[in-house]
Amino acid sequence: MELKTVKTEHVPVRYYEGGKGQPLVFLHGAGGLDLDQGFLAALAEKFHVYAPLVPGYGDSEECPELRDMLDFTLHTWDVVGALGLKDPILVGFSMGGMIASEMAAVVPNEVSRLALIAPAGLWLDEHPLPDIFSMLPFELPPYLFHDPAAGAKIMSAGMDMSDPKFLQGFLVQTARQLGAAGKIMFPIPDRGLSSRLYRIKAKTILIWGSSDQLIPPIYAQAFRRGIAGSELVLIPDAGHVAPFEKPHDVIRAISRLA
Amino acid sequence: MKFTWFNLMPWPYLPDDFRQKYRSVWVDIDSKLFNPEKSHELYNMYIDLLEHAGTLGFDGIGVNEHHQNAYGLMPSPNIIAAGLARRTRDVGLVVLGASIALYNPPLRVAEEFAMLDCISGGRLVAGFPVGTSMDTNFCYGQIPALTREKYREANELIMRAWHEREPFAFNGRYTKLRYVNIWPRPIQQPHPPIHIPGGGSIETFDFCLDNTYSYSYLSFSGYVRGKALMQSYWDRVAERNTPDTSPYRAGFAQTVCVADTDEEAERLYSKHVSYFYNRCLHVFPGFADAPGYRTIKTIQKGVLSQYAPPASGGLFPLLSWKEMVEGGYIIAGSPETVRQRMEEMIKGLRVGNVFCLMHIGDMPKEKSMYSTQLFAEKVMPKLRNIFPEYASDNRFWCKPMANRVSPGALPAEVDLRTMANADD
Repeated sequence: MELKTVKTEHVPVRYYEGGKGQPLVFLHGAGGLDLDQGFLAALAEKFHVYAPLVPGYGDSEECPELRDMLDFTLHTWDVVGALGLKDPILVGFSMGGMIASEMAAVVPNEVSRLALIAPAGLWLDEHPLPDIFSMLPFELPPYLFHDPAAGAKIMSAGMDMSDPKFLQGFLVQTARQLGAAGKIMFPIPDRGLSSRLYRIKAKTILIWGSSDQLIPPIYAQAFRRGIAGSELVLIPDAGHVAPFEKPHDVIRAISRLA
Repeated sequence: MKFTWFNLMPWPYLPDDFRQKYRSVWVDIDSKLFNPEKSHELYNMYIDLLEHAGTLGFDGIGVNEHHQNAYGLMPSPNIIAAGLARRTRDVGLVVLGASIALYNPPLRVAEEFAMLDCISGGRLVAGFPVGTSMDTNFCYGQIPALTREKYREANELIMRAWHEREPFAFNGRYTKLRYVNIWPRPIQQPHPPIHIPGGGSIETFDFCLDNTYSYSYLSFSGYVRGKALMQSYWDRVAERNTPDTSPYRAGFAQTVCVADTDEEAERLYSKHVSYFYNRCLHVFPGFADAPGYRTIKTIQKGVLSQYAPPASGGLFPLLSWKEMVEGGYIIAGSPETVRQRMEEMIKGLRVGNVFCLMHIGDMPKEKSMYSTQLFAEKVMPKLRNIFPEYASDNRFWCKPMANRVSPGALPAEVDLRTMANADD
């Protein structure tokens, strides 16, 4: 995968591109693309993959003009347009799934294939989601991974919070990335999507790790009820980060749209 | 010098094993620990203490705003200030302050502060905090990365409401109002002096200097740790060629305990100070700084707010009396010890406004009164003239009107027959 830049109305956008085949846009989750590199590489064996970064993620410029859900939705449409794509397969993971759902709901005639991997965007009072914005790094693995011990090892690799330089870099990255995510996810990741889901016309596959502790699979049912004709693929032995833990199962499910 | 007797209003009944059993004193603290019946006595005791301090020569008595917090029982400081406005005569009312980004519309603050100023006869010193991340983001749900933009807009709206004398339309991003036209308006014209509590961001320094607001650092970590932050403020003042370096452009909060001797101070207060620092400040670090709340510039500058999470463990380390005194977290001891330390602090930080925290943790009222009285009689008078060249700088303090009425001045009874025949 190659890291490139494309101009949009508000901000230059960084994106990964690679592979051949049908164009596919992958929208990352609130954690960014760090864990997804292997998944993207495998995905690029089957598709021509474009994975743009939300402004503020990775080394990309922040964008103060993006404030609310509509801003994020239209900005991501701007990115698709700037990349010269028309009706790509739209895939979104977690926060990216929330954005992809909104894109498909707002402009239903331009999205015919949609894959949502454990998307955010809904809130069920009986099943409140954990608050990622107040979590300390070491608290995250049980929510993200099917195997929290293995996940903790991966997440803490190279992390040394006692090194002030590392800590500062970590705090800056967290402020940039989760600061941007917070605009549509804080304090509750519900910006009214449930009332717009009915507009989605795309053939939609919902993909969910069966042991997801961050957005539990009960949310899959709510999405399924909301999007007519959508199908659910549950991935066994996968947590919230199913693309990381079971990349091939996730890609197989996405491929049903091809 | 301007001395303000400040009360956070802590809940004094947190259990001994609070630190072990509960994760935070703030945001998600167990509500079963609050007892409304006990709070009745507590609130009245705290308000009594504020009123008492108002009779001892302090320039101000101070309150502030916190939410879902067991060391700060004032979600609405203006309610307390309204009571104080009626029951005190001359002392300044320092509301430090109302979190302007949390009111909808923020015009509410312009109105309530105007009411307080009118009721008190122009004794209001107003504060506009951004608010901590705990209060603003986690308790009141403001989006962290947008909080500052919303705050600036709220400030602009309030200032225009106080300055402009004709109804105007305000088309903000966060607040839209067709007719801004506040009634009542403050006595102090165009508005009461404004103090901004901050945590070291350069944007807030500039905001204060641009608007002639006083910058205050409300830290519990004391003047030794406050030095670097206040120095960066004064550096900024110099960098910008600010026309003056008046010490009243700055304020600092300091925990102060006075007794007859240093030993007596430890004996009388150490338990209560420990209750505050080791129990009341037990805040879950995940609530300290919602991502996006602090600007990148501020994080890169390395200024960690008083609540910024350290590398590990809780927000504050467990501290002994000795560590707290020697580390300058608190200023405690005999009147002479306290005078020396206060002078060091005032000169070292160059602060004209000092917010004295003199009821600490679970201190009983008698001890707080004792400490307060000793401070007022034996310490404060000796610290009055540290900055004589700025004695006439009144930009940052209230200017009460000359002829103020006394509350409770109704006649004992009204003669009904006279009234029946009266024309007006």
